[in-house]
Amino acid sequence: MFIEVKQLNKVYLDKDKKSNTVLHDIDLSIKKGEFVSILGPSGCGKSTLLSMIAGLVGATSGEIVVDEKKVVKPGKDRGMVFQEAALFPWMNVTENVMFPLRKEMSKKEGLDRARHFLQMVQLSNYANHYPHELSGGMQQRVSIARSLAMNPSVLLMDEPFGALDEQTRTRLHGQLEKIWIDTKKTIVFVTHSISESIKLSDRIIVMGTRPGTILTDIKVNIPRPREDHKKDVAELEEEIMGLLKTEIDKVVNEELAYEARS
Amino acid sequence: MKPAVKRLIFFVVLIAFWELGSRFELWHETILPSPTSVYESLAAGFSDMTLIYDLAASFRRLAIGLLVALLIGTSLGILLARSKTADDTIGSMVLALQSVPSIVWLPLAMMWFGLGEGAIIFVVILGGTFVMTLNVRTGIKNVNPLYIKAARTMGSNGIDLFLKVVIPASVPYLVTGARLAWAFAWRALMAGELLSSGPGLGYTLRYASDFGNMSLVIGVMIIIGVVGAVVDQLIFQRIERNVLRRWGLET
Repeated sequence: MFIEVKQLNKVYLDKDKKSNTVLHDIDLSIKKGEFVSILGPSGCGKSTLLSMIAGLVGATSGEIVVDEKKVVKPGKDRGMVFQEAALFPWMNVTENVMFPLRKEMSKKEGLDRARHFLQMVQLSNYANHYPHELSGGMQQRVSIARSLAMNPSVLLMDEPFGALDEQTRTRLHGQLEKIWIDTKKTIVFVTHSISESIKLSDRIIVMGTRPGTILTDIKVNIPRPREDHKKDVAELEEEIMGLLKTEIDKVVNEELAYEARS
Repeated sequence: MKPAVKRLIFFVVLIAFWELGSRFELWHETILPSPTSVYESLAAGFSDMTLIYDLAASFRRLAIGLLVALLIGTSLGILLARSKTADDTIGSMVLALQSVPSIVWLPLAMMWFGLGEGAIIFVVILGGTFVMTLNVRTGIKNVNPLYIKAARTMGSNGIDLFLKVVIPASVPYLVTGARLAWAFAWRALMAGELLSSGPGLGYTLRYASDFGNMSLVIGVMIIIGVVGAVVDQLIFQRIERNVLRRWGLET
């Protein structure tokens, strides 16, 4: 398996030194080239899990192996796209894309590579613009190009389209699907949108909350492009909705109980 | 009406009233000299070059003092931002020193460096250093954690992360720090020169005052104000605006 998450636990200590289990015994295997969504309500630890694969957050116990190497710190083999584009405002678009390349190749090679990936996200005309001159959707595309430019073996995406409007999001779904088909990258995609996960992924890992655990692992056997199979998509959506409903109720009830107490 | 036009009309009217008041002798010339005599003493000062020498001497002290202040301020700010112990100890001292007008150091500075250049430059340095320190510290501490996370996933860490991400990300604070350091240093310089030996704008102001030459006093005050406003508005505020826009912090 390309990505192996074994018996992973994450416990935070909160203010009153009470331990708070964010992730409990997570086991997960992802094949090379797979597009996997991690779906769950807020607070289920899905973003934490992704940050742990990226190496930004350490595990309390258990381990993560990517391409036969144990994850101990962040590395260029795992590109990450955040909900906000996280572009550096003091660099223009090209310089941003070249940022991860500057130590491993000459300026000219880096420039060529940046051009290639900017073309892939259809932003060649904005190469010399600064981030503040771009729309949110364009910034996010630059951020995707920047991650792809360092040629990672896996692309980790943390609700990358969550802050965008509906139309932009739909367009970017199409672009991302095409990039995935063209580059054959492994993609781990965190989202709380059921339809987004069905539209994009081969597999959907549904997570439950408090503590974060994997509820089910659903294979999406609907041919692409999925816009052409609306009926299958709707059925699957309903099925997952039912699964998550109990989880969302759990969150709501807990919050109500908390408010009643305080 | 454009702001520049409004401004021009305002100053013309103000000076006209001032001149008329003097002509009709609403106040005595020794208490408030007329604009004409202020203009005459300025013209005399510039034509015999004394005011030019004063300006040159003042700017020299300011340039040296401000440069040193920015260097020390930046280094100290970085230290405070990176080391909790330094922040808890030196940091609290800097906060206290910041609230002390730097001119009160002049008696000590004169003991240490004599009555000349050294003492004034010392006061100018103290005027600019602490405000720069505090801004650099805040800037580095307030770097968006997302930038740091993103940079780490792109293989950047340690000194590279600091130089390529943390420092550029805090540039807006560095610019504001430099602008405030300039403003404090300029005030400290004038105070220092008033109490010290010449040449220099402040020194000439006191000299004119000693000889009852109130028109020159007002002339020097105008120079001090104009230089302060021009540097602040034309240089620092312009840079600050550009930086804020590019860094996406403009509201």
